[in-house]
Amino acid sequence: MQTEPLLIIRDLKTYFYTDGKEVKAVDGVNFQIYKGETVALVGESGSGKSVTSMSILRLIPDPPGKIVNGEIIFNKLDLLKLSESDINEIRGNEISMIFQEPMTSLNPVFTIGEQIMEGLRHHHNLDKANARKKAIRLLQLVGFPRAEDIIDEYPHQLSGGMRQRAMIAMAMSLEPKLLIADEPTTALDVTIQAQILELMRDVKEKFNTSILLITHDLGVVAEMADRVLVMYGGQIVEEGDVYTIFESPNHPYTKGLLSSIPSLNDDKDRLESIEGTVPAAHEFPKGCRFAPRCGEKKLSICEEKLPQLQEIGNGHKVRCFLYERVEA
Amino acid sequence: MKQTVLVEVKNLKKYFPIKGGILKRTIGHIKAVDDVSFTMYKGETLGIVGESGSGKSTMGRTMIRLYEPTEGEVFFEGDNLFKYSRKEMRRVRKGMQMVFQDPFASLNPRMTIAELIEEPMVVHKLYDRSERNEKVKELLNKVGLQAEYGSLYPHEFSGGQRQRVGLARALSINPKLIIADEPVSALDVSVQAQVINLMKDLQDEFELTYLFIAHDLSVVKHLSDRVGVMYLGRLVELANKKDLYSGPVHPYTQALLSAVPVPNPRLKKERIILEGDIPSPANPPSGCVFHPRCKYATDRCRVEKPLWREIAKDHYVACHLVD
Repeated sequence: MQTEPLLIIRDLKTYFYTDGKEVKAVDGVNFQIYKGETVALVGESGSGKSVTSMSILRLIPDPPGKIVNGEIIFNKLDLLKLSESDINEIRGNEISMIFQEPMTSLNPVFTIGEQIMEGLRHHHNLDKANARKKAIRLLQLVGFPRAEDIIDEYPHQLSGGMRQRAMIAMAMSLEPKLLIADEPTTALDVTIQAQILELMRDVKEKFNTSILLITHDLGVVAEMADRVLVMYGGQIVEEGDVYTIFESPNHPYTKGLLSSIPSLNDDKDRLESIEGTVPAAHEFPKGCRFAPRCGEKKLSICEEKLPQLQEIGNGHKVRCFLYERVEA
Repeated sequence: MKQTVLVEVKNLKKYFPIKGGILKRTIGHIKAVDDVSFTMYKGETLGIVGESGSGKSTMGRTMIRLYEPTEGEVFFEGDNLFKYSRKEMRRVRKGMQMVFQDPFASLNPRMTIAELIEEPMVVHKLYDRSERNEKVKELLNKVGLQAEYGSLYPHEFSGGQRQRVGLARALSINPKLIIADEPVSALDVSVQAQVINLMKDLQDEFELTYLFIAHDLSVVKHLSDRVGVMYLGRLVELANKKDLYSGPVHPYTQALLSAVPVPNPRLKKERIILEGDIPSPANPPSGCVFHPRCKYATDRCRVEKPLWREIAKDHYVACHLVD
């Protein structure tokens, strides 16, 4: 693996201010993504994973949201310090994003082709004929057999899976260095999901794109990710390569998540479940944010102090007092 | 084990008319459920899986006449449900209840949790008021909620708690059959496990029979004794869980199972990628409805509809390949 990360996020804090309350949606997140690597950001609803990804491209609606602290270094540039027009040059060009619901990023009144060509003409200065040729090639690449026809169709004429593929074609059109995929297959049926995941893998290989994959589906994570970040309560609670996370997780939340999913491969009679629900971001407990739901033997410190994310070996980091390193 | 039949579904069809033209005449039909037959035994969980548009929800609803059937018969404890008038059906439906993905989408937000759980008992004129109050408390307890929660309103509840209330409400009139339509698919995984475990406990305690409709094959496998697979309005395969998951026979079942991502990074699955999308149920393909996406399709599949047959004990398939 290269030593120079493509993306470095340092102490990112994104807060929301509503009804006089401060909601710490993302609260001190650190991680890097290397070139050609797929990093999965895993968590349940309200964990802050989507807000983290939106913060990277500065897509947080302000107000009510605000990035109050941190650095987002992409290719040696701090994205948080760029002017609006400079970040616009990066959006869609060097970093692009795909969403769960493709209609949030496809414009219903333009054809698929017009939307793919717009980026090509703006960022790559292609003329109309060449942009069209390239758009057709992209649509073929993402598996449209009738790309020459599809290019002149409107989003509503396509099915959910086709729209998702069109959105991937659009996202890949400028050969971005980083693709942020926020729940890209959650709304799709499994057979269509399989098509889309395969497509994302192909695209990644072809362009050596780095992928930040945001998902709650641990099956998708196991299949796609090189490294995994587990988020809970606006913070990363565990980080490691995909094998470490699935085979020897340490954080009680990660363990709980893994044992609460039914799998096609085993025949447990009973699922283990985590007590309670994810706390709302304005009512985090004082100590460890997972402490109220934690099933493991709790230390008295768990309810008093917030544990730090600490490296316990070879890129494996955990935020838990049970694995606190003893300082010599 | 001696099995008692609880429900028998015979050649059930539900077509929705497509209206068009100036006179809004019927110009075609969406064949949402097209000739489905199966049996459910007392105390079992029959899982029904299928992708969107497969007709699994419509089938569940038509079975208990939330939609009026187009054709076919459904016997509940030997009693043909389709012979009753709509009014009589309300009384008969007491034995069967539905649990939905979002149980509160159709409920009055101004009623308290206790009132919502009580409502079915009031409708069916069961018990007197104080007995009902006792019953509500008992039910809250059974689904793992404190009795004090009864005075709260739905919006104060999380998704998992709402589903617990949905179950309590369904159980309030002692049904024998529960049709659960994607009951856990909107929940986070940690909460999903709680509700799945609760459903298992309630089944044991109240001797319930579940028709469990879902798109998540792992969840269905976990909860079900037998599993049926639907595609474009039809059952294509039905067998006990072990046979279906370890030896699927229908090419669609095989593809569907191979597509499920497994939470194990060392497992590199041999995947069958299906081409294209599910065709429209308004204009289903001729012959076997799966043939345009099936890599084994022959000329026969294009013209002749495969029959629903038992190919081994309790293993049903509709496919020409197994002839």
